[in-house]
Amino acid sequence: MNKIYANATEALDGLLFDGMSIAAGGFGLCGIPELLLDAIKTAGTKDLTFASNNAGVDDFGIGILLQTRQVKKMISSYVGENAEFMRQYLSGELELEFNPQGTLAERMRAGGCGIPGFYTKTGVGTVIAEGKEHKDFNGETYIMEEGIFADLSIVKAWKADETGNLIFRKTARNFNPPAAMCGKTCVVEVEEIVPTGSLDPDHIHLPGIYVHRIIQGEHEKRIEQRTTRKREDA
Amino acid sequence: MPWDRNQMAARAAQELEDGMYVNLGIGIPTLVANYVGDKDITLQSENGMLGMGPFPFEGEEDPDLINAGKQTITELNRTAYFDSATSFGMIRGGKIAAAILGAMEVAENGDLANWMIPGKLVKGMGGAMDLVAGVGRVIVVMDHTNKHGDSKLLKECTLPLTGKGVVDRIITNLGVLDVVEGGLKIVECADGVSEQELRDATEATII
Repeated sequence: MNKIYANATEALDGLLFDGMSIAAGGFGLCGIPELLLDAIKTAGTKDLTFASNNAGVDDFGIGILLQTRQVKKMISSYVGENAEFMRQYLSGELELEFNPQGTLAERMRAGGCGIPGFYTKTGVGTVIAEGKEHKDFNGETYIMEEGIFADLSIVKAWKADETGNLIFRKTARNFNPPAAMCGKTCVVEVEEIVPTGSLDPDHIHLPGIYVHRIIQGEHEKRIEQRTTRKREDA
Repeated sequence: MPWDRNQMAARAAQELEDGMYVNLGIGIPTLVANYVGDKDITLQSENGMLGMGPFPFEGEEDPDLINAGKQTITELNRTAYFDSATSFGMIRGGKIAAAILGAMEVAENGDLANWMIPGKLVKGMGGAMDLVAGVGRVIVVMDHTNKHGDSKLLKECTLPLTGKGVVDRIITNLGVLDVVEGGLKIVECADGVSEQELRDATEATII
């Protein structure tokens, strides 16, 4: 079965519809599926709900879909660094559901594993816990959080083989594996597609069973906070 | 003289023991890494890394290698990478020995507020709620008073909480206090700060 597509637009063909939910990988601007986000912008799909740790910046990442008003709701842990996001949120155009970062990651992982709900002590006694089921285990209180089951996963990996086995690079892995797992269909963009058999099976980070469509492309990989030290400091 | 930022960070570094896996927050907590000396400390970055190294040399920045503050960093020979679900699995699972983080308010029962001021722009809690709920020991490093001179160590927090009853120790510019049954207990005063001065600057009950 061929999983390789020529470009992001072809890879998304037939998968997009207004009002859909999308789980996206990435942390800040690191490891985001920038080519697929561009293609969604071009497709003009509306009323999207995104489960994504962040919302990009004004002109990069999910931020480009905020500019075109394609996003209805964000499920995120941190949305700073994005003026257009704040403007739409404060004016009521955009819904926002804050999830603690680990709760969001686990909600994606759980959804991908067929687990509709789980208990966590994160957020107990805070606004996050309001309206959620509380349950005690071994004398400690936990709240129930629900798994995320998205219509589509869009993720960025470093390398894929032709069967969709993925390898990520450094901290660009972040939310990509759990985001990949929780969608009905998962589309992956990589820097390099390598022949099946050329990756060490012991070194696969995410098996190809989670991956349905793959594209290879050039990535801008923008740096959000460039911090360095001088050589004489070493 | 109250401690300055670097002295607070140096004092916080004394909390760390050889072999610990530790998560450092943004701001003064980041400076703690400069004062661990010969201790074998492994820093966790919750975006998916154990064994966080210093900032890269100019020209060697890697967009695929950042910390939880989205700053470019480097890896060490002990570094391991993993996904966000695994990262918060080790945080929630109590594998991280300590988190050192900043705060807006701490209450005498250990309640912590550091993510939201109602009426102001809300950016989100990021990983703070998971960290304070999950790690072995929560150490807050912050100024003792706010810019109006009001105590940040309160009987009850006024801001929305990050975690309930989660703080173990508070290191401020005036000294070190532990959260114990019935209130806060003074562990030590900053050099040149008297116990009375510390008490006078504190709204929370000191026992």
